[in-house]
Amino acid sequence: MSQSHIMPGFRPTLSITLVYLVLIVLIPLSAMVLKTLQLSLEEFWTILVHKRVLASFWLSFSAAALAASIATLLGSIIAWCLVRYSFPGKQLCDALIDLPFALPTAVAGIVMATIYEPKGWIGEWVMAAMGVQIAYKPLGIVFALIFIGLPFVIRTIEPVLQEFDSAMEEAAASLGANRWQAFVKVILPNIFPAALTGFALAFARGIGEYGSVIFIAGNMPYISEIVPLLIITKLEQYDYAGATAIGLIMLVLSFVLLLIINSLQWWLRKRNGQL
Amino acid sequence: MHCSKTLQSLFLGICLLLSGQAIADRTILNVSYDPTREFYQAFNKAFISYWQKKTGEEVAVQQSHGGGGKQTRAVIDGLEADVVTLALPYDIDQISERAHLLPKEWQSRLPNNSLPYTSTIVFLVRKGNSKAIKNWDDLAKTGVSVITPNPKTSGGARYNYLAAWAFAEKNYGNKTAAKDFVQKLYKNVPVLDSGARASTTTFIQRGIGDVLITWENEAFLALKEYGAGEYEIVVPPVSIKAETPVAVVDKIVDKNATRDLAEAYLNYLYSPIGQQLAAKHFYRPYQPEHANPEDLKRFPALELFTVKQHFGGWAAAQKDHFDDGGSFDQIYAP
Amino acid sequence: MTAVNSKPTSLTLTDATWVRATLVGITVLTVGLFLVLPLATVLLEAFAKGWATYFDSLMQPDALAAMRLTLLVAAITVPLTTVFGVSAAWAIARFDFRGKNILLTFIDLPFSVSPVIAGLIYVLIFGAQGWLGPWLAQHDIKVIFAVPGIVLATLFVTFPFVARELIPLMQEIGHEEEEAALSLGASGWQTFFKVTLPNVKWGLLYGVLLCNARAMGEFGAVSVVSGHIRGLTNTLPLHIEVSYNEYDFVGAFASASLLAGLAVLTLLLKTFLEWKLKQDVKASRQAAIE
Repeated sequence: MSQSHIMPGFRPTLSITLVYLVLIVLIPLSAMVLKTLQLSLEEFWTILVHKRVLASFWLSFSAAALAASIATLLGSIIAWCLVRYSFPGKQLCDALIDLPFALPTAVAGIVMATIYEPKGWIGEWVMAAMGVQIAYKPLGIVFALIFIGLPFVIRTIEPVLQEFDSAMEEAAASLGANRWQAFVKVILPNIFPAALTGFALAFARGIGEYGSVIFIAGNMPYISEIVPLLIITKLEQYDYAGATAIGLIMLVLSFVLLLIINSLQWWLRKRNGQL
Repeated sequence: MHCSKTLQSLFLGICLLLSGQAIADRTILNVSYDPTREFYQAFNKAFISYWQKKTGEEVAVQQSHGGGGKQTRAVIDGLEADVVTLALPYDIDQISERAHLLPKEWQSRLPNNSLPYTSTIVFLVRKGNSKAIKNWDDLAKTGVSVITPNPKTSGGARYNYLAAWAFAEKNYGNKTAAKDFVQKLYKNVPVLDSGARASTTTFIQRGIGDVLITWENEAFLALKEYGAGEYEIVVPPVSIKAETPVAVVDKIVDKNATRDLAEAYLNYLYSPIGQQLAAKHFYRPYQPEHANPEDLKRFPALELFTVKQHFGGWAAAQKDHFDDGGSFDQIYAP
Repeated sequence: MTAVNSKPTSLTLTDATWVRATLVGITVLTVGLFLVLPLATVLLEAFAKGWATYFDSLMQPDALAAMRLTLLVAAITVPLTTVFGVSAAWAIARFDFRGKNILLTFIDLPFSVSPVIAGLIYVLIFGAQGWLGPWLAQHDIKVIFAVPGIVLATLFVTFPFVARELIPLMQEIGHEEEEAALSLGASGWQTFFKVTLPNVKWGLLYGVLLCNARAMGEFGAVSVVSGHIRGLTNTLPLHIEVSYNEYDFVGAFASASLLAGLAVLTLLLKTFLEWKLKQDVKASRQAAIE
């Protein structure tokens, strides 16, 4: 950034950002850390390595990762179609994208369970066609999380595609590149960072999701019990320290994962010469 | 945000217009668990008019409902409940122990161990009862699908679990056999919901399971809401007495200067009208003589045991069965 | 003005018909399965007993109180989150500094905090057994189980929305235009309002809309700090839960349809604004030519 010195407003904007971050996020989260410190290291470790806790961590993270991957793939396609093509019902599709944000998660869970239960509209059909049960199985969690994650991906990629300068594509085309080459060489590198952000957001949101999952998961210990449910379980025993300990582990793991993704993104941007 | 503000004032206007009631002189907050909504809606109306006739004071009763454990935690963490009407004595014990808002002996302050009404645990089956479910042992048979909530997160589910456990311990002789039985029963549970209402929904709306283990009052309410033609209540010969206690929260009523009101409110639960309303809303009243005989006919006689009799009280039951590493965790350990 | 999106018009950029058909097919199928079906379910349930019951259930005093509270919470949180989001995006997308990735990750963090925990942290701080609890009780200040607690929890969960929408967009656009404006003598604010804002306005609008939708729709975190007092601390999502648990399915889904309808409406509004702006620009260009 050679010219950053002429760009004004660094101090005030960064100050606002940091003050707000500290007030709204860091102080409350530090409450969690301090509460966990009430546990001895041994107690903390015992909670962490309990088989049931490990099983639910594995479930929450793998289901969130799988759902975020599927959501990124589908979301990229949807964003592409919404920006580049016109087809009947496009405006309606566009208008519906944010539904998962607006629908309270509990309603989403109830509705998803209604649709994907073994006797539901889709559930019955999938059961008959493939012999797979969606609701009340880990697969149900993945479906709920795709629903939750989809708008994150679409709404992150869409603006980038809209602002995307098609001159580059035109240049590629005029140089004789075919559509696929243009896509791989020009479009993909440009939307990849946004897609990665979308993935990270969908993934991060999926790990902690409670309201919608609880209605469709089945909640069987060791099989379909997600981490937030374990936290609630601890709370019901007034074990605030145990609950925050699990929450903290979840937080640290997702922080590390998000940090990796953000760094990767920064590196990609740098490589693409956008810094 | 201008638009939002306009909307907001618009709604404010509508609200004031519609609520239209006189501002109450004093207000008390009753923090309760899920299945009591319908009952307290009717009871609060009766109490407010009783109080106005008696003292001329216009009062309001606010209600908060939710899962029992969550509501208890809210009171401990500062939700200012003047009275609590919860699902388990254990919950109110916790309020006393952890937040010191009321004395340890709270349960002896009102008649019948502070239980103006009780309930029990019964089975709700689909019309025809195709799996021929009559007693607790039928629930553990292979091929029977049972719906019950997670006892870790639901108070009602703890009664369900303890009832099944006590049945097995009495009939099969020891704790190991009881654990085997309960384990078999929970093998038959395809979905563990977080609360009693969620389980009812799974059973009725989702159509999953052959039998729902639930509160007697919840089963009757489900029949009333969904039509009696499609479901039947099966009452086992033996079940657990579900003790649903009430208490005034001393520190809060003293702070809010509402002690007289809160005490009168709970005492009114024991009055003939309170007892009659409880029976009408499917709770077994403490003094059945005050209730409508028609309502009482709905409650079949069965042998009831209490948590205290069989498990030595709630603290022990909670520790042995539902705390981390307790019997419920053990039956699910792979 | 570069504000108008340069949509591809050239024929060389059109994809083969089968590609378009496949992609549009996937889009329609996904939107149908994951979005239309749930919405249809909500509407079917909401109108299961006809219009009259639908409106009756929305006019219940408890439902109206819930709407009012929800609007109040959104009216407080959305502007705050927007101001934060714009400053954060400016600082992060326009400057290079140490620890930027860590800062970005902290901004993402509220996404991955389970709503259950998001509510719990405020209980740990402001609850009667929490650190500030006794002091607050002494001064008779209510934070949790009252409106301030609900606002705080909502601020927490909506925290990343605007920032996360703007940052990638502003990085994508680059800062050449802003630098040009600055070197021509425009002030910082002028540059922001005349150059940056027009470029990012759709992204910003998305962010604000999403933030608003989330502020109004948040359930988990708010549920922990609300206390569920009927007509007083129940937001619309909590009111939905209450109604559902009372077997009032029409009431529950009627309120849910309000939130869903709000999302659809704001998006339609956005589409209209976009179209209107394009018309305006076209008209002014025409005028310029003549």
